[in-house]
Amino acid sequence: MSFLSISQVTKAFGGLPVVNAVDLAIERGEFFALLGPSGCGKTTLLRMIAGFETPDSGTISIDGDVMNNVPPHQRPTNMVFQSYAIFPHLNVFDNIAYGLRKLKLSKDQLRARVDAMLATVRLEGLGGRAADQLSGGQRQRVALARALVREPKLLLLDEPLGALDKRLRETMQVELRAIQRKVGVTFLLVTHDQEEALSLSDRIAVMSAGKILQIATPRELYERPNCREVADFIGEINFFHATVREITDTTATVNAGLLGIVTLPSANLGSHGIKRDDHILLAIRPEHVRFAPDGVAGEITSATFLGERSHFHVKIAGRSEPVSVSGNAGPQGSAVALIFPPERLIGLPSAD
Amino acid sequence: MKNRALFIYALGYLAFLYVPVLFLPIFSFNNSQFIAFPLTGFTTRWYAGLGADAAMQHALGNSLKVGLVTALLSTMLGLTAAKAVTQYRLRGAAAMLGFISLPLFIPDIVLGISLLLLLGLLNLPLSLASVVVGHMLVCVPFSITVLIARFEGFDRNLEEASADLGESGWMTFWRVTAPLMMPGILASLLLTFITSFDEFLVAYFLSGTEATLPIYIWGQLRFPERLPTVLALGAIILTVSVALVIAAEMLRNLGVKKPMVGA
Ligand SMILES: Nc1ncnc2c1ncn2[C@@H]1O[C@H](COP(=O)(O)OP(=O)(O)OP(=O)(O)O)[C@@H](O)[C@H]1O
Ligand SMILES: [Mg+2]
Repeated sequence: MSFLSISQVTKAFGGLPVVNAVDLAIERGEFFALLGPSGCGKTTLLRMIAGFETPDSGTISIDGDVMNNVPPHQRPTNMVFQSYAIFPHLNVFDNIAYGLRKLKLSKDQLRARVDAMLATVRLEGLGGRAADQLSGGQRQRVALARALVREPKLLLLDEPLGALDKRLRETMQVELRAIQRKVGVTFLLVTHDQEEALSLSDRIAVMSAGKILQIATPRELYERPNCREVADFIGEINFFHATVREITDTTATVNAGLLGIVTLPSANLGSHGIKRDDHILLAIRPEHVRFAPDGVAGEITSATFLGERSHFHVKIAGRSEPVSVSGNAGPQGSAVALIFPPERLIGLPSAD
Repeated sequence: MKNRALFIYALGYLAFLYVPVLFLPIFSFNNSQFIAFPLTGFTTRWYAGLGADAAMQHALGNSLKVGLVTALLSTMLGLTAAKAVTQYRLRGAAAMLGFISLPLFIPDIVLGISLLLLLGLLNLPLSLASVVVGHMLVCVPFSITVLIARFEGFDRNLEEASADLGESGWMTFWRVTAPLMMPGILASLLLTFITSFDEFLVAYFLSGTEATLPIYIWGQLRFPERLPTVLALGAIILTVSVALVIAAEMLRNLGVKKPMVGA
């Protein structure tokens, strides 16, 4: 069994399921992210793992022990709260030492342990600071230190960087990853920021409306999204309606309307059970679309300079939505032609 | 022009509120048995007389006992009720609060008589304990009101963080909830104590043979020659009450500017 094993966990508030039959398996030492839009049930799932909410059904086990009836103060987990929940009446040192009372350490041992943790989160010398004299980044570090100092089996982080400005967030992402490598604790991070999830984690579960849509590595998620929602949520992507003409073991031929008849590797259709005559969606990332003279004709309606590559919206005849392309081309108003390399087209089941 | 009228109005209002009260200290230092102008001279003998008044001191002791017990019990009940109302999604919490506050709007005389009847029906003797029960009916709503205001700025995540860090419910209460609620708890203790200490009607009905201080004072009013002594006592009570109420108000506002949430 996996280190953290969640099986068919459901939780409803007032009759509405907020977490719906979720299965999740996380391995020891993993940096795992739970990614999803606001209100999709991420915090609720995390709170069930920490013990603050009880699942209506299903089981949660950590390191082989079923947790359903274990109260929060006896679980081998610690949590970094979305609001940090720093104790306002205690200074930094006492906040971090809070969870060590039961270990009955001597004064020196306690000091050594807290000081070591202060160093890990780079707050050396700030032990005497009052809680209300900390910056956002420092509060975040105190919350992290206070949880990690207890050496939990599993650390739960609820949007730990959400309250920080962009630059600090990027610095903290790097640090968080480094700290996780150093302490080796399993991290379960909740976020609605896809860049954060992609850059930090070993694996990601994408959640939407209480359900898990896909669990995969960042690269897989980006290159092989398994449904329209995941593809849409992770980065930018273009969709085209298409109909399957022919499928063999190696290739699939589809009628993609504006793009003509396209033959792509059948592996690109994934394992959705797509068959002949099915209506499907073809998806392609902006950086995989190419500007080339013999492609589909269009006109650049907006160009955003982003350094090495720019981002364009290209209007093509017969399609209302512009195509997103990243690459190099002329200014707004230029006539261009686009090529959609078949090996880069991903087939997904169409909702209708 | 308008501001001036408003200012005069405010001044008049304050005079109306406080001038009568000022007669108390003024006549308590007046060297005459009769409460009348002109003042005849300065004396502290009425205050000195209090020191030798054993019946008064006994009544004072009773009032302090009743006040302390009422304050402690009301604040404990108030604390649990305020916590329940603000932190758990209770069904019918609003209606319940309304019911708890109802004694505030029932005339004390009605409250006193009903409790007297009830104790009679139950064959329970009148004592200081029955006064405490009566006073709690009036004091618990005060306590709840003060403490709810305090709990509303309280981040529940703090208690969860404590549980998450290994502390059970009781230890969380001692290490997190109580310290953060302390200003509110003290304010509630002071307000309920003052309310009980000053209360006359309910105590009058329920005290039996033991007099509290307000009852003792009421009794003294039958003897005109005792009046200046009563004024001296009144002046002391007034001063202490005002000091306690100011202290309670300061405690209530303490730390309100600093947000109590963890953000
Ligand atoms: N105690 C509760 N009672 C009733 N509804 C709740 C409760 N907790 C959460 N909800 C509802 O459940 C849904 C999911 O909430 P949750 O906090 O898990 O979302 P989230 O994914 O963490 O969102 P965010 O990114 O905004 O933090 C929301 O619609 C929320 O209103
Ligand atoms: Mg959340």
